[in-house]
Amino acid sequence: MEYALAVFALAALVAVLVVGPLRRPGVEEARDGARLEELNAAKEAKYREIRDAELDHRMGKLSEGDWRALDRELRGEAMEVLRELDRLEGRAPVG
Amino acid sequence: MAGVGSACLAVGLLTALYAVGASIRGARTGRSEWVASGRRAIYCLAGLLVGAFAILEAAFLRSDFSYALVAQGSSTDTPTFYKVTALWATQDGSLLLWATLLAVFSSAVLFLTRRSLREIAPWATAVLGVVAAFFLLLMVGWENPFDTLASPPPEGAGLNPLLRHPAMMIHPPMLYTGYVGFSVPFAFAVGALITGRTGADWIRATRRFALVAWTFLGTGIMLGALWSYTELGWGGYWAWDPVENASLMPWLIGTAFIHSIMVQEKRGMLKVWNVSLICATFALCLLGTFLVRSGILDSIHAFGASTIGVQFLVFIALMVAGSAGLIVSRLPSLRSTAKLDSLLSREAFFLLNNLVLVGLCLVIIWGTFFPLISEALTGKESTVGPPWFDRLTTPLALVLVLLSGIGPVLAWRRVTPGALRRVLVLPVGMAVAAVVALLALTSAADSPASLVMFTFVAFVLAVVIQEFGRGARARGVMTGEALPQALVRLAGRNRRRYGGYMVHAGIAILFLGVAASSAFLDQRDARLSPGDSIEVGGYDVTYRRATAELGRDRGGTGAPISLGAVLDVRRGDERFTLRPTRNYYSTQDPGKGVVSRFFEGEATSEVDVRWGLRRDLWLAVRPDLASLEKAIAEGDRKFGDAPTDVQALVIAALADRYRRDPPPAAFRAIVSPLVVWIWIGGGIAVLGALVALWPSPEARLRRVRSLYAARVGRELSRA
Amino acid sequence: MNPARKRKIRLAVALGAALCLAVVLLYTSFSAATEASKPSELQPGRSYEVTGKVVESSVSRDEDRLRFRIRDRDGMESVPVVYAGVVPDPFREGREVIVSGELRGGTFVAERDSLVTKCPSKFTKDEEA
Repeated sequence: MEYALAVFALAALVAVLVVGPLRRPGVEEARDGARLEELNAAKEAKYREIRDAELDHRMGKLSEGDWRALDRELRGEAMEVLRELDRLEGRAPVG
Repeated sequence: MAGVGSACLAVGLLTALYAVGASIRGARTGRSEWVASGRRAIYCLAGLLVGAFAILEAAFLRSDFSYALVAQGSSTDTPTFYKVTALWATQDGSLLLWATLLAVFSSAVLFLTRRSLREIAPWATAVLGVVAAFFLLLMVGWENPFDTLASPPPEGAGLNPLLRHPAMMIHPPMLYTGYVGFSVPFAFAVGALITGRTGADWIRATRRFALVAWTFLGTGIMLGALWSYTELGWGGYWAWDPVENASLMPWLIGTAFIHSIMVQEKRGMLKVWNVSLICATFALCLLGTFLVRSGILDSIHAFGASTIGVQFLVFIALMVAGSAGLIVSRLPSLRSTAKLDSLLSREAFFLLNNLVLVGLCLVIIWGTFFPLISEALTGKESTVGPPWFDRLTTPLALVLVLLSGIGPVLAWRRVTPGALRRVLVLPVGMAVAAVVALLALTSAADSPASLVMFTFVAFVLAVVIQEFGRGARARGVMTGEALPQALVRLAGRNRRRYGGYMVHAGIAILFLGVAASSAFLDQRDARLSPGDSIEVGGYDVTYRRATAELGRDRGGTGAPISLGAVLDVRRGDERFTLRPTRNYYSTQDPGKGVVSRFFEGEATSEVDVRWGLRRDLWLAVRPDLASLEKAIAEGDRKFGDAPTDVQALVIAALADRYRRDPPPAAFRAIVSPLVVWIWIGGGIAVLGALVALWPSPEARLRRVRSLYAARVGRELSRA
Repeated sequence: MNPARKRKIRLAVALGAALCLAVVLLYTSFSAATEASKPSELQPGRSYEVTGKVVESSVSRDEDRLRFRIRDRDGMESVPVVYAGVVPDPFREGREVIVSGELRGGTFVAERDSLVTKCPSKFTKDEEA
């Protein structure tokens, strides 16, 4: 008896909580928000790579030539990400 | 309240299934309200399970024996700490713990990713929901922790005395947190595969969960080893038992995963390898949970045929088949976006380290399942023992330690050979110096494998120190900071890298302890009467007198009778005493006499260990009860019907007799060099992992800013 | 060397290593294995890892040796065992044990420290001996 009552009560509670979002079918959430964060994360990762490469060079693990080539490559990749970011933000202007 | 608890599980199962359905619906139609609903369902599931867990804990705390689980695993005289932890000492309770941890972790990750990974998260929710539903189904259908007894017994069976050890009770939650932690990257990997978004996004979002899982799993394994060393009567910490192996296997593959995801993050390579690794890790986590619960492998941990073994096997098979099928079907989208530039690069060595780790895991799988394999291949069931495991894993472990020293020295993409040579000069020099010192000053040459390990450990430690030093100096040059400040700032801004170096140092030290303590230990078994002494590992151990305590055992485990010894130990100028005991717990068996009941129940060895940085002295005693047997039998006969306080007096008299005139007792003394460094090394590794995990303040700021930017964007586009 | 060839070489090396490992595993495990057996199936002259139940009232200790009889899980015949070494804490009459050794002259002479006792009830994690 206690079991049946508890099942009913708990199921009802969960149902109420879970149906909540369904009753307000939001406007198609701008996917851009998520994409923006992902791109920013990628940008930060690239910056970290560039900094790491400089540190490695200063610590003697990379020769001057190797480092310059790597740095150029990484900066190019970072610029790509920034370009993508600008394109996205262009659609929803910020500040 | 048991009904409410049971209801929580039943409703939980329905909620989990709903979460799966709603999330899939949301993922396929792109309607975010269904995704949100599915996420809410997981939050509700967490609430339900935490509630159920609380109800069960409350029952344990008030010793409510109408709950079958409480009657089975606890008693009124079990100390409170063990009452709380007895919940997961049982099969049903541990399933509840697993499910609760899973629900809580899932809620955490879904909350943290609620605005990102819009395409992957719904599928991840569905996967997590499926796993939760499985565990709930097991409980609802077969092993319900809320089963009640029609006529509750007046007293419970009590927690098995062998488990009454703090390490042993924290060990399951640690392991389960590890297993559950790995389910998060697994779920997101599956989501990434299904949606085709196989870039590094799913890795970036779940990397921390993988590292947390790895840390907890490793800690759990070490706690188990510590328990074995300090609680059991054999004085070792690892026996290559199937259940020990079951927890080590996912940890090894998890270690491989943590390294190889860095390669994907940095270079976009190893995508297939990474998803395969995480699927394998999760499958091994389930396998580990399953191995402990089925009778499939004869080990002291097997509990006969279990009622849920088959279900686990089916679930694992489905997971493996599903993952494999998914990976194969998505192979095109998993193509690398870069290639291996040079063998002298971090990527290459990470790949090498992965191969060694997988190799180690395969060796352990082979040895653990050998009874089944040999039966299938030859018709006869055979087993391989610890010597075989040691023989095969030692060379791989040596290579692993060596690689962990070379990896930090390399850079990504490529390192010029000249630069490499310059960077290796100091560490190699240190290693050579270490070998020379060891050969000249110690008898390390007696064990070549240990000598090699010591050399490699010296190499790794030198590399780590050098990395910190050179990095600080380089930073000092760039920023003009003083060396100490540069060091702190360096580690602070490169937490992943320098935390990782700390972990390598910790693991190297751990292996140092393992090598030294296994190759150079001195063990002595002897029967001693008071006054006798033995010599072991340079110590003179003399049996001074016997002890007998009633109801006040050293470990605080609530043992009624505790018989032991006091031994004086001397080594040069060092002098100390050790007091090992043996605890006797009573049995409820009505077939035993009232006095013998106290001696015929479970008994555990309370070992006494003298910890030391250079060596441990470990001592265990096994009193000889043979001389008391007659008196016990007489006590049974004469005082069978006497009131309990008279019986207590009889027990006290027997204890007194043992104390005054003890027969020779069996002692085991072990001197293990450097064994404490295993625990210290493990601790350093955990600290390093915490450093690597810690979010950097700049990252948080950037995240908040980008969230605001996104919000502005959203609101603007809506208007 | 072009990249395709490099990749093929690396694949070959990896497969070669895997094959090596497989051979090593097969060879070492089968030569180091002890056959598992029940007490009723013991043959003299080879070593076994025997799994069986300790017969009630058969346990005796003298000096540092433990003597008991072991029988099949569902059987009546038993074999005497003499054992020296650590006796695991859960060891008790009626419990299932695993011990390695050889049958010599009708008595199973056990290897030192090879006795392992299975726990009688369901626990979640390790019990070791």
